[in-house]
Amino acid sequence: MATDIIIHDKKDNVGVVVIEKITPKQDCDCWIMEDDSSTKIQSVDEIQLGHKIAMTDLNEGDTILKYGHDIGKVVKSIKKGEHVHVHNVKTKKW
Amino acid sequence: MEIPKSFLGYKRENGRAGTRNHVIILPVDDISNACAEAVANNIKGTMALPHSYGRLQFGADLDLHFRTMIGTGSNPNVAAVIVIGIEPKWTKKIVDGIAKTGKPVEGFHIERTGDIGTAMKASKKAQEFVMWASEKQREECPMSDLWISVKCGESDTTSGLAANPTVGNLMDKLEPMGVHLCFGETSELTGAEKVCATRGATKEASDKFMKTWNDYNDFILKEATDDLSDSQPTAGNIAGGLTTIEEKAFGNFQKIGNCKFIDVLEPAEEPKKGKGLYFMDTSSAAAECVTLQAAAGFNIHLFPTGQGNIVGNPIEPVVKLTANPLTVKGMGEHIDCDVSKILTREMNMSQAGDELIKITLRVANGRLTCAEALGHKEFVMTKLYRSA
Repeated sequence: MATDIIIHDKKDNVGVVVIEKITPKQDCDCWIMEDDSSTKIQSVDEIQLGHKIAMTDLNEGDTILKYGHDIGKVVKSIKKGEHVHVHNVKTKKW
Repeated sequence: MEIPKSFLGYKRENGRAGTRNHVIILPVDDISNACAEAVANNIKGTMALPHSYGRLQFGADLDLHFRTMIGTGSNPNVAAVIVIGIEPKWTKKIVDGIAKTGKPVEGFHIERTGDIGTAMKASKKAQEFVMWASEKQREECPMSDLWISVKCGESDTTSGLAANPTVGNLMDKLEPMGVHLCFGETSELTGAEKVCATRGATKEASDKFMKTWNDYNDFILKEATDDLSDSQPTAGNIAGGLTTIEEKAFGNFQKIGNCKFIDVLEPAEEPKKGKGLYFMDTSSAAAECVTLQAAAGFNIHLFPTGQGNIVGNPIEPVVKLTANPLTVKGMGEHIDCDVSKILTREMNMSQAGDELIKITLRVANGRLTCAEALGHKEFVMTKLYRSA
């Protein structure tokens, strides 16, 4: 039942860490809220509570999906399991 | 959980009900703060609401000032009001506006009398009001007498995952019982504005929302020397894991559950279309937003936070909830409702919504919020542009 990462929507390509932190090469249990399903991922980076992890490889220009919606663009390519944040993703608004 | 049908509130002359029974000393303008505070110091059980504005404002900005002042005095959480201004005309305008509710209100002006003479006269009236109000008893009121406003702050990803959807769950459960609901934060819907517009109950409401958001966005594009990247998301948001304004907006938006908004309100405008959800054009700064919602007549506020915003309001109790376990651990004295067990899957959204309904009703019935116990009374007027 316990989970390390929560994913809002099946379409999302990022998940949110919900334990204090995950460490590199940790095998993490993920819960997808939308359909109450589960998946697994191995982390690359250390990632803190509330921060996002890439669920797939992402290239520059790709769209980040969370809540099933567009929340920004990739500005530096990201490998599956890496930390996703302001260093590699930017808003499309400004 | 079976949701209670009623709460214990203070019935007011105009048919509304309050969750609190304040007697307030309301300064019309910045220079009347000292006199208002002197009266509140003299007469125990009254509360002054000092603020920074009210001189040489004009046009829509002045209208908003009066609307906020009159609305604050008219809020059902307020039993009676003393209004103190520097001169008689604007003082009377506010007194007359509040008097329409039928509650006791009296105005005093300082010119030709001075602070001391005015404080003496106003204190005598304030004593009369507070002793009268102290005999008011709580009575059973239907749930539809609750007017619930919501606004989130110091958000992080746990807000969008759990605390905001908990508020949404409460809205879904209480909306059918006839409560009034209000969300705002025009700027923090940026990125989710088109999705938000689809949640208008009518085409008119959706169009009004898009016009409000576009006006705001045009203002930002016109005034900003830079984009809003430095303030939206805030440093606190980013520390908590939020990366972009779009991510923040979709998280924010979880607060309205599956409800549809029936109308779009001007800042501090009282809803006139009956029960249901309203969107209000507000800043996303916590104290400004809650002050406007209180001035529109909302009598209890729900405030989900991630990293731990500590805001309160003098007249509208602010109930805080968080899903961030580090916030609960580090600053638990600010948190009325802990829903962090959603993240560990020991609690589902419906159970969290029920917990929030329970604490909301306890606060409506008189339990102090954390912010009230800690003395948070942030009363912050929204100013639209510089004064003359």
